[in-house]
Amino acid sequence: MIETKTLPTRYVTHPGEIKTSSGKTLRTDEMIINMGPQHPSTHGVLRLEIVVDGEIVVDIIPHIGYLHRCFEKHAENMTNYQQVIPYVDRMDYVAAMNMEHGYAVAVERLLKIEVPERVEYIRVIMAELQRIASHLVAVGTFGIDAGAFTPFLYAFRDRELILDLFEMTCGARLLYNYIWVGGLSHDLPPQFIDKCKEFCTYYKPRIKQFNDLLTFNEIFVKRTANVGVLPKDVALNYACSGPMLRGSGINWDLRRDDPYSVYNRFEWEPQLGKGEVGTVGDTWDRHIVRMREMEESVRIIEQAVAGIPAGNVQAAIPKRIRPEAAEIYARTETPRGELGYYIVSDGSGSPFRVKARSPAFVNLSVLPEISRGGMIADLVLIAGSVDIVLGEVDR
Amino acid sequence: MTAAEILENLKAKFGDAVLESKLEVLQPWVLIAPSRTKEIAFFLRDDPAMQFDYLMCLSGVDYNNGKLGVVYHLFSTVHRHKIVLKAQCTKEDAHVQSVSAVWGTANWHEREAFDLIGIVFDEHPDLRRILLPDEWEGHPLRKDYKVPEFYNGMKVPY
Repeated sequence: MIETKTLPTRYVTHPGEIKTSSGKTLRTDEMIINMGPQHPSTHGVLRLEIVVDGEIVVDIIPHIGYLHRCFEKHAENMTNYQQVIPYVDRMDYVAAMNMEHGYAVAVERLLKIEVPERVEYIRVIMAELQRIASHLVAVGTFGIDAGAFTPFLYAFRDRELILDLFEMTCGARLLYNYIWVGGLSHDLPPQFIDKCKEFCTYYKPRIKQFNDLLTFNEIFVKRTANVGVLPKDVALNYACSGPMLRGSGINWDLRRDDPYSVYNRFEWEPQLGKGEVGTVGDTWDRHIVRMREMEESVRIIEQAVAGIPAGNVQAAIPKRIRPEAAEIYARTETPRGELGYYIVSDGSGSPFRVKARSPAFVNLSVLPEISRGGMIADLVLIAGSVDIVLGEVDR
Repeated sequence: MTAAEILENLKAKFGDAVLESKLEVLQPWVLIAPSRTKEIAFFLRDDPAMQFDYLMCLSGVDYNNGKLGVVYHLFSTVHRHKIVLKAQCTKEDAHVQSVSAVWGTANWHEREAFDLIGIVFDEHPDLRRILLPDEWEGHPLRKDYKVPEFYNGMKVPY
């Protein structure tokens, strides 16, 4: 295993050394507590088997798989590559657009086809709107984990407006089946561009409002700073990605560093954790990275909406998808991090093997490393800051 | 470093452990011996010219010809180069050496490949099922997998 001495321990246990005021030694013992699978702080059906000494976490064994549907077997049994798309929606149901986008990119690279510019622009707009919606869920529920209920309502109020935009475009509010291999299911409705600009104007000041309400709130800062510190070397060794990785100060974003779609045409900056209120890589850093990423997403949307070209969004959709025998690993940046699809084709009309490398699955595997030696109450925050969606962890 | 140079380095260092390679595909790959993945992985991670510090993905595959495979997608955040490693074993003797000591992320990926494909990773610290219940029988992602009639007394095909 990797060296764990770089990991900070916040609290030290004293086995067998606690004495009463009369000098009698108290018996201390480790205890196993099950958190979940039905527990509001696990953000879904996740079970954490926690070994505790008093209130201090000695070890954690995560148990996952309660939502397992074997997406990969479903994908192999489809008769067509397009039929997989509704299934990828259901993996990360909080960011379904990004899941579709990643799958479409992977199959298009396998087929070596180009899609029209208009499609790429619409995909970027949808992916970034979805990123804001997903981060709003993440920061809203993170507030609840820290005991702040009001910010959650603010977050969901704004998320509703994004879902309205999606509903206007494709009729669905959660699982869209919108981004298809080679194109889109619908073009944008005529009023979309105006509504989207309206949303950007409305939303920009709300980020500052939310920061004033939650992010820089003194109680919230005291609860989250220096908690669950994820050092750089551990983050890389565990292949963390997305806000987890950037929160630890690593300047890495697939939209810039392994470009796909048309992201290289827009001006924006990846946001990093800098340890402003505590240590680099603590839960507060991951939170602020999400808050600042939303600002960047608004910037990207504004540029994309301004530059969107005309075109037919279904022109490049292949009538029949039959890639030659080949294999590809394509990765894209979802709100949770690196989403990779490893697709093996045997030359037939359906995929031979599809493996989804879901970011939350990988990010969750580092949880035991960063929560040992902390309080149970901190564990709730650390799990919240990883921003897991169990549908994607379990697939 | 290009894939051809990486392959040359691997051949020079591990000669007989490099079984096959293909560079003229979308993503060049190198097939290595399943019993020596760990030392090759350590070399790829620690050699200053390689520095593959990021294991993007580890997937198990059933090739439907009696062989099972493990595919490692490696990336270096320092040099920004990529390589794909493959290791293959037979269904009867499905053993591959674990690389979870090299990359922490491999731990869960290998448990998943063990759970769904049935590849046993030697020297893995905690090889248990991860997604399916502990008492599940068989490995669903194998091509010859038959859905059981009953699971704990419940009828499975509905």
